[in-house]
Amino acid sequence: MQTSHRKLLAKLVAMAVAMFMFAVFVLPPLYDLFCEITGIGGKTDGKYEAVDVRVDTSRQVEVQFVATNNAEMPWEFYPMEYSVVVHPGESRAVNFFAHNTTGEDMIAQAIPNVLPNNAADYFHKTACFCFDSQPLAAGDQAELGLVFIIDPDLPHSVNTVTLSYTLFDITDRSELSVSQIQ
Amino acid sequence: MAHGPATLADGWVKYASRWLFTTNHKDIGTLYLWFSFAMFILGGSFAMVIRAELFQPGMQLIKPEFFNQMTTMHGLVMVFGAIMPAFVGLANWLIPMMIGAPDMALPRMNNLSFWILPFAFAILVATLFMEGGGPNFGWTFYAPLSTTYAPDTVNYFIFGVHIMGASSIMGSINIIATVMNMRAPGMTYMKMPMFVWTWLITAFLLVAVMPVLAGAVTMMLMDINFGTSFFDAAGGGDPVLFQHIFWFFGHPEVYIIILPAFGVVSQIIPTFSRKPLFGYSSMVYATASIAFMSFIVWAHHMFTVGMPIAGELYFMYATMLIAVPTGVKVFNWITTMYKGSLTFETPMLFSIAFVILFTFGGFTGLMLSIAAADIQYHDTYFVVAHFHYVMVAGAVFSGTAAVYYWLPKWCGKMYDETMGKVQFWIAFIGFNITFMPQHFLGLAGMPRRYADYGLQFADWNMVSSIGAFMYGAAQILFLFNVVRTITHGKPVDKPEVWEGAEGLEWTVPTPAPYHTFEKPPQVK
Repeated sequence: MQTSHRKLLAKLVAMAVAMFMFAVFVLPPLYDLFCEITGIGGKTDGKYEAVDVRVDTSRQVEVQFVATNNAEMPWEFYPMEYSVVVHPGESRAVNFFAHNTTGEDMIAQAIPNVLPNNAADYFHKTACFCFDSQPLAAGDQAELGLVFIIDPDLPHSVNTVTLSYTLFDITDRSELSVSQIQ
Repeated sequence: MAHGPATLADGWVKYASRWLFTTNHKDIGTLYLWFSFAMFILGGSFAMVIRAELFQPGMQLIKPEFFNQMTTMHGLVMVFGAIMPAFVGLANWLIPMMIGAPDMALPRMNNLSFWILPFAFAILVATLFMEGGGPNFGWTFYAPLSTTYAPDTVNYFIFGVHIMGASSIMGSINIIATVMNMRAPGMTYMKMPMFVWTWLITAFLLVAVMPVLAGAVTMMLMDINFGTSFFDAAGGGDPVLFQHIFWFFGHPEVYIIILPAFGVVSQIIPTFSRKPLFGYSSMVYATASIAFMSFIVWAHHMFTVGMPIAGELYFMYATMLIAVPTGVKVFNWITTMYKGSLTFETPMLFSIAFVILFTFGGFTGLMLSIAAADIQYHDTYFVVAHFHYVMVAGAVFSGTAAVYYWLPKWCGKMYDETMGKVQFWIAFIGFNITFMPQHFLGLAGMPRRYADYGLQFADWNMVSSIGAFMYGAAQILFLFNVVRTITHGKPVDKPEVWEGAEGLEWTVPTPAPYHTFEKPPQVK
């Protein structure tokens, strides 16, 4: 093969390999980062360490809770309070009810989502059942806790924030059994 | 002359070995063209099944599950099996002859890139006969339909896509190497025929985005079999990510399909207008800018995922901007014809139909690019009509034009002009009867990819199905005409088959000998 062909071939193969790597190793983290920065997709941050903030008693924000089961998830799953009214800066605890209605031990994972998108960065969770997977033995039920603070910097255009949880069955993919987690 | 052109007279073994081990660009071009035509007939028969089921409301012929497999396989086979290999075949036949090269730069890789294709499609089509059926998630294979809810055969689909991706990448590397390293002395870039230019740019697009497709299916494979969660929200992934990655590949892909078609038409229209192509350099720059812009508009396929308004506006305006270089091309084709001494042989008829119908499809594309309106049009038959106007009346019409235009050069015989014209009119009328009513159906709200529909859509669906059968019949006539030309065609012996044809491929004898330009020509 001519040298000129070989050089070009090497460059083009490198380009193809680079694009493959870009698709698999760069695009997904880039997408997550983009969503995190912009709040698109309503992704909330991880555990929030409470800081000493003033409670803005001049404002009230309504927080609504939505609970959904993904696909064939058979659990009973709903918020104990469907909506609460809080002042920004105030720490508030609410509970969700979960009941494994099946005859088998199962592990679930709740994925949060916040609407409107521009509120996602101002919804802080100091404790949440969504940080861990939730095991329930056959027929068991549990109250799952969430403690949140609405940031006082929440844009003034936002008066209502909706937090939704979708509950996924991750029994098959979890490496631990229910008793090990408990 | 290793592996000289063995004929059937040399015995079956020698004849089969010639095709299996050939490194000759003309042989490989022929293989690609016949393979793509076989896939075109196969994908077309899937379309006939779809249109037969949709002839009347209610379920008559097939089960909805099978209907879903048919829509999926029709798309996959037509895009990856028919249109793309057809243009690679044309590139193999024509690019070395157009730039005065003796063969492709990497002939053995050329052989490999063709011969893995039949395996890819054998694997893909075999899934139809397996338990659980073939892929049923649409040709865009959105996760989680193609991961969590996919039939078990999805792994065969993934493997097949990997092989056809490898084939396309190798084919494009070969084309780039040929064009960049093997041009005849004096053949500068800005003297290359438009077909070579459009293919050079297409090949770069392919090398850039086929690996992204391979990445997407690899992530699917990991999600399905190895417990990762790229596209699964339960494990922290996101199904919308799949759509972004898919369309980051998918939008350049539609230009991969149409740019070589632009090239073909840019060769044919000047010949039958007996005028040089108007605005050659603007054609080159327009092609390059379309290729560049194809990378920055992908999310206009997914306006309904819940995008922020800034994103919608950006993708909307960027998409509309593509109409500018495309408009330049259409303007140049029309201006080439203006005051030319036109004749209307079959390739010219198909090319003129291409310009008209592609422009029409471009206009419906502009309608779809309006983010606010797209929410109404999304996933309706309006979209189906739009992309068939650009894919079928675009890519397939220009492919047919190319075969009629260069067939006499390839086999040294003239096709039957009357039969060609009859085929054109059946195809042109049949195509419009098929797809024009689908605009109305879509605007009235009929969703795509369903096996059944409401009674209010009945009449236009019946019209559309009748048109589809007509269009299908035209392809049988096409096959007949080509085979008859090869066996009984009137011999042509002058090098320039067409009176107004220009370019190096018309300087070699007719039919083109097995080896051409062993001594490079001098281009002035």
